[in-house]
Amino acid sequence: MVTKLMNWFDDRLPLTATIERHLTKYPAPINMNIWYLAGVLLVVVLVIQLASGIWLLMNYEPTAEGAFASIQYIMRDVKYGYIIRYMHTTGASAFFALIFLHMFRGMMYGSYQKPRELLWVLGWITYFLLCALGFTGYVLPWGQMSFWAAQVIMSLFGSIPYIGEDLLTWIRGDYLISGITLNRLFAFHVVLLPLALIAVVFVHILALHEVGSNNPDGVDVKKFKDADGVPLDTKPFFPYDVMHDLYAIGVFLIFFVAIMFFYPDGGGYVIEYVNYEAADNLKTPEHIVPSWYYTPYYAMLRAVTFPLFGLTAKFLGFVVMAAGIAIFVALPWLDRSPVKSIKYKGIYSKFFLALFVVSFLVLGYLGAVPSTPARTIAAQIFTVCYFAYFLLMPIYSKYETCKPVPDRVQLG
Amino acid sequence: MQPKSPPNPGRRKFLISATSAVGAVGVAGAVVPFISAFNPSAAAEAAGAPAVADIGKLAPGEMIIVEWRGTPIYVVKHSDESIQEIDKNLERLADPNSETEVQPDYAKNKYRSRKPGISVLSAVCTHLGCAPKYYPQLGVVDFDSEWQGGFFCPCHGSKFDLAGRVYAGVPAPDNLAVPPHYFKSDDILVIGEDGDVA
Repeated sequence: MVTKLMNWFDDRLPLTATIERHLTKYPAPINMNIWYLAGVLLVVVLVIQLASGIWLLMNYEPTAEGAFASIQYIMRDVKYGYIIRYMHTTGASAFFALIFLHMFRGMMYGSYQKPRELLWVLGWITYFLLCALGFTGYVLPWGQMSFWAAQVIMSLFGSIPYIGEDLLTWIRGDYLISGITLNRLFAFHVVLLPLALIAVVFVHILALHEVGSNNPDGVDVKKFKDADGVPLDTKPFFPYDVMHDLYAIGVFLIFFVAIMFFYPDGGGYVIEYVNYEAADNLKTPEHIVPSWYYTPYYAMLRAVTFPLFGLTAKFLGFVVMAAGIAIFVALPWLDRSPVKSIKYKGIYSKFFLALFVVSFLVLGYLGAVPSTPARTIAAQIFTVCYFAYFLLMPIYSKYETCKPVPDRVQLG
Repeated sequence: MQPKSPPNPGRRKFLISATSAVGAVGVAGAVVPFISAFNPSAAAEAAGAPAVADIGKLAPGEMIIVEWRGTPIYVVKHSDESIQEIDKNLERLADPNSETEVQPDYAKNKYRSRKPGISVLSAVCTHLGCAPKYYPQLGVVDFDSEWQGGFFCPCHGSKFDLAGRVYAGVPAPDNLAVPPHYFKSDDILVIGEDGDVA
């Protein structure tokens, strides 16, 4: 009966072939470690965000007059509305935490190197879309921080020489941040960006399954195959990986719901306290601070305090901040190392990767606290270190002594 | 089956390019409404239109408040005495020469005004956006023992002189902004447009 049904489908759709290609016969390297869980968890969070987002949409009102009140309505009157909203805010933070780990994994094991350049670029696009989703979503509750974050970020476009002011008016659709601006960000957040994200994630996974997963040793597992043509150092994704992924998802969800139930505002970092006040265009909050996942870039923005080449400090800060996000895309072409994994790369690569991680964390801290002259200098130093990892890579990855890479994956 | 090569490849090529060109024009045309719809709507334009004020009846030392784009704009007519004292306490000001670009070029002068004697200032404190209050009197006031006249922000104590220049050592970092404005005639002030920039 089942076979007959499957045959019926297979005559009309490549159903069995797809299941085999992506699940039961997809060869996953046997030495994948805990870092490889971030990818599957990102898919879980994507589903959580879509579900909770659609349910929030059922009660949210995208107008300057009604937005803030509708969030209070969701929080107080809608049955379990507060859980659904906290699920969405916690999901946003989880999304970023996981994509940072996922990207770091790729940087550690050289997962962006040939033939996975396009895979990396697609992943970078999802990161960019996520940043846009986070920003647009943050504005929707129309609280004080929503309003002023929109004000600060959008005014950056106004700093572009010559066209800035007109471009800013065009983006806002008004001469100040208003309900008109809120409505267009709403359209982006609930339709355009999620559609784009789903599409790019889909292609990202297709590309992954075309080139195959990398592994902590960075060796090509397709080199040695058994008599049936199955790579020796792999196991089928289903059931082996799926089963242990389920376990990992369970552990992840324990932490997820713990934050969702008990620390939904994350000490003011997940939901900032200022945002419990309705937007007021005449009153700037004392200390404007972005969500924790943007703080490294916010620190870069503030680190540029001097004009250069006739360009204003504000515009240069904007350029540096944008470059900080954009530069990841160049990684496949900056790395000249013959070796993929950090395990076999030389001492310089290890040093610069560590420097990058420290810079990212320090900048993240500096972006979350008010600036002082000493902190500004620190932010400038670590911004330089952050970019040094990328810009010096063509040199240090080429002229370092690497360890010999084994033919097959190493276990233990 | 491979398609047969066309009998006249030049004509095929021409037709393809011509069709593509016409298609591209069509796409460009279709993009226009999508781009234009992002601009401020007619309602937003009307709400952001220049504000017009009649200052003919303004007596020396008096101030009126004009609303423009949702923010209050102070229009002050200075008395001759206060005009003469404009240079008197320069050492107490943070930016006496208006170096920070918070005013149009035509207001980057000693009086920070297009017309000497008339100040047009955005009543949004450059600290946290409160509205500073107008204190034209001279001498001892609650917050200052040598007050030269000006604006005092009740929220966090920022002080500005009559030309909207910020005092040093107060929370506000910049002088009060001067919005774009011009005088249509001697008495009619238009806020929100530069007019003919002289």
